[in-house]
Amino acid sequence: MPGRLLTLIRKELQLAFRDPQSRRLLILPVILQLALFPFAATLEVKNSVLAVFDQDQGAESRELTQRLAAAQAFSTLLVVHDQQDLARAIDEQWALIGVEFPADFSRALAAGGRAQVLAVIDGRRSNSAQIAAGYAQSIVDDYSDERATAASQPPASRVVVRNWFNPNLEYRWFVLPVLVAIITTLGSLIVTALSVAREREQGTLDQLLVSPLTPGMIMLGKTVPALMIAFGQATLIALAAVFIYRVPFHGSPFLLYFCMLFFGLSLAGFGLFISALCETQQQAFLGVFSFMVPAVMLSGFVAPVENMPLLFRCLAWMDPLSHFIVIVKGLFLKGYDIGFIWPNLWPLLLITVFTMSAGYWMFRRRIA
Amino acid sequence: MSGRSPIALRRLLALCRKESYQIVRDPSSIIIAFLLPVALLMIYGYGVNLDLTKIRIGVFSEDPGAAATQFAAALTGSPYLEPHFAASRAAMDGWLMAGDVRGLVILQSDFGARLARPGATAPVEVITDGAEPNTANFVAAYVQGVWATWAAGRAADQGLPARQPIEFIPRYWFNPAAISRNFIVPGSMAVIMTIIGALLTSLVIAREWERGTMEALLSTPVTRTELLLSKILPYYVLGMLSMALCVMIGVWLFDTPLRGSLLLLALYTSLFLGSSLGLGLLVSTLTRNQFNAAQAALNLAFLPALMLSGWVYEISSMPAPVRAVTYLIPARYFINALQTLFQAGFVGRILLQDGLFLVASMTFFLGLTALNTRRRLD
Repeated sequence: MPGRLLTLIRKELQLAFRDPQSRRLLILPVILQLALFPFAATLEVKNSVLAVFDQDQGAESRELTQRLAAAQAFSTLLVVHDQQDLARAIDEQWALIGVEFPADFSRALAAGGRAQVLAVIDGRRSNSAQIAAGYAQSIVDDYSDERATAASQPPASRVVVRNWFNPNLEYRWFVLPVLVAIITTLGSLIVTALSVAREREQGTLDQLLVSPLTPGMIMLGKTVPALMIAFGQATLIALAAVFIYRVPFHGSPFLLYFCMLFFGLSLAGFGLFISALCETQQQAFLGVFSFMVPAVMLSGFVAPVENMPLLFRCLAWMDPLSHFIVIVKGLFLKGYDIGFIWPNLWPLLLITVFTMSAGYWMFRRRIA
Repeated sequence: MSGRSPIALRRLLALCRKESYQIVRDPSSIIIAFLLPVALLMIYGYGVNLDLTKIRIGVFSEDPGAAATQFAAALTGSPYLEPHFAASRAAMDGWLMAGDVRGLVILQSDFGARLARPGATAPVEVITDGAEPNTANFVAAYVQGVWATWAAGRAADQGLPARQPIEFIPRYWFNPAAISRNFIVPGSMAVIMTIIGALLTSLVIAREWERGTMEALLSTPVTRTELLLSKILPYYVLGMLSMALCVMIGVWLFDTPLRGSLLLLALYTSLFLGSSLGLGLLVSTLTRNQFNAAQAALNLAFLPALMLSGWVYEISSMPAPVRAVTYLIPARYFINALQTLFQAGFVGRILLQDGLFLVASMTFFLGLTALNTRRRLD
């Protein structure tokens, strides 16, 4: 019996690695994603353009302008000379933020009154704009504080911020563990979902059915190679994360693969369900896609789950990816042990049992 | 074949009809064109919220004095923070580890004493969860904000001059309340158009090759142009219908402002669909295998539209080589144009630039597809 299963698994793997085109498509995208996404996926704001309209031209406004220009967020300073140019700089997206010093800026400061810095911000990209505005705000506050300190005494209190698990808040440390999870998702889902649909479309499914393999074995024979491919791809990303991108890995690799196994199974169950349901590869692919995109969106990768309304938080709970991402990030950055993993592992196990049973049920119904 | 016109209307219509039947008959195309966009817009509109609402933080004060209590009360009053008071420092560390809270605020036992002593500085310690860098930034900024108000209030009570003589007054143009939904929703339309344009069509020519119907088609007098047009036009119509649905949902359900003209919106959508369809067909023509075509379309069209288009992740923040790659992503120009069309209205320079790039990429992909479509069997 296991001999037959092994033959089926070998056949599936041969199919996946058969021609150069297929081989390339298993490895190239992973490398491409590895090279681009850790650099692309960042919510920091760097190298943006700051427009300055200084009506005052006093020492203070110039000092503040220089400090703003020195910030990492703003690599280029765009000096404008009237209100219209400032408006155009924002409208036409030459600059993300425009800062305006009113004509009475230094006079107000000297008189001890309220001096104002006006900022116009491109709300079309409200998230980056808010972050950039936050940087500008803190530079103005610091300057303001320094002036006040110089004038009187040190501040009575201050806020000291430390970031645990990721001291410099490097976005890459967040993205790479998530990428491990997403790559595993792609591998497990697409390979399983298309496998049966392809056999059906090409007419080879009948040949498989007249063989002595049971539906359970066929299912297993489709699941194991998909997981092997997904594990291989995930390992590549994890190794690159640790050795190339220098993301710390504080947890145990054994736990990572243990959880990855159940995560992969939960997706494979779903993939097989789709695959058995669909008549053609197109349907299977689009079916996977209709599941995968919402699953990624709700997983907490793009926006935190805790920000979502209740209904979406419930949906996110049913999403295996949302649990696995917490686990992977925990293993990488926080050094999770089994105790910390458990709150996310048991929902994952539950989902796995559910999707595997559903997959098996659909498989028997539609194929056997 | 020489001297024959590249398009005979009757043949083209017949082919388009065949393709349309195939679309309508297959429930998966309809699901992708109409149900998935609705589902995605719901998720993007309601679920993907970058504006943090209330962040849970742990607070531990070792100082029972009035000043520390006042500061803790100020944290409770913040509309952005949801403080949970801990009985011990160690308990709170566990919360942060488990991700139950995203930040900790600690006041040492000598907080009040240091505050009262001239020349000494009383620290408000903030520890954030660096595993969520974006949230961590917000935690620090919100606590800083609460602290600034509290410090100013204390100073005023003691009759000291306000410590912050410079006011920073931000104004958000086009989106005064800085609602992230206003850019998330138009951007998601570009992602949806990518799905219809590139993913759906990546399968169609590959399917004809795989099933052997391409050979049947090639044995007829169909020309290359007719063949390609018959694959483009029906999916173009499908894409435009889907876009219309998206715009209606965006404007009526999510109150996304639509300040630009509908005509321009249709024009830019057409240009983008043209380049997405071109990419989908190119992949399909080159691979001749549905599985590989689907994989390739996913990696060449969908993921870049998500990650490299400047939709959520700011392009200027990326390193130069990655920035260079983004110039090749058509979604970049479409998303940029959409943001302007929806929120700003008409900005000539931006629309002209985005339009030119879209035309160029459409020509490029459709041209390459045409070059690679051979009327022969090899």
